[in-house]
Amino acid sequence: MGQVADTMARKLREAFAPEALDVIDESEQHRGHGGWREGGETHFRVRMTAAAFDGVSRVERQRSVNRALADELAGPVHALALELRGAAE
Amino acid sequence: MTDAAHEQIKADIAANDVVLFMKGTRTMPQCGFSSRVTQILTFMGIDFKDVNVLADAALRDGVKTFSDWPTIPQLYVKGEFVGGCDIITEMTLSGELDQLLADKGVTFDKTAADKIREANAQA
Repeated sequence: MGQVADTMARKLREAFAPEALDVIDESEQHRGHGGWREGGETHFRVRMTAAAFDGVSRVERQRSVNRALADELAGPVHALALELRGAAE
Repeated sequence: MTDAAHEQIKADIAANDVVLFMKGTRTMPQCGFSSRVTQILTFMGIDFKDVNVLADAALRDGVKTFSDWPTIPQLYVKGEFVGGCDIITEMTLSGELDQLLADKGVTFDKTAADKIREANAQA
């Protein structure tokens, strides 16, 4: 994993104590698109399952992840696709 | 961000049942994520107003603060924020979008929605 992905994974573990977490760098699929740059780590997908999401709406789940990763989203990360599941789902 | 932008957004979502804040227009989307949501809404026969945030920098920033949502596109139904590209895609495939539209009294083509789900089940 790259440095940005490492930082994102660490922050997500601290914030949500997830049961499952994948931080996937999909930058290569966006080669040449807006926000892409050489070296990757611009476009990510996060798959996360956490009890913290049980009973929480989709919008609020994403808002909480966006808040946890606010520094990355304001900086190196151009796009973040989120697949967020509650532990009970 | 200006109050004028927020007032404009409030007026748009009050005057139209379905509003998509997007990059580009429904006929000429300027971003893959905006394009995908436009295609879903169009295919499902949903009457929506497209608001091009690229045409107005204050609006582009304003809609992010208004919705507490950092990305474009953003979909509103009957004045309520529904989500961005990921959420709309998931809700389309799960049938939750049909339910939401039905609950809100927004007309859509159920057969077309089923076709999207069929096509994605085979993929």
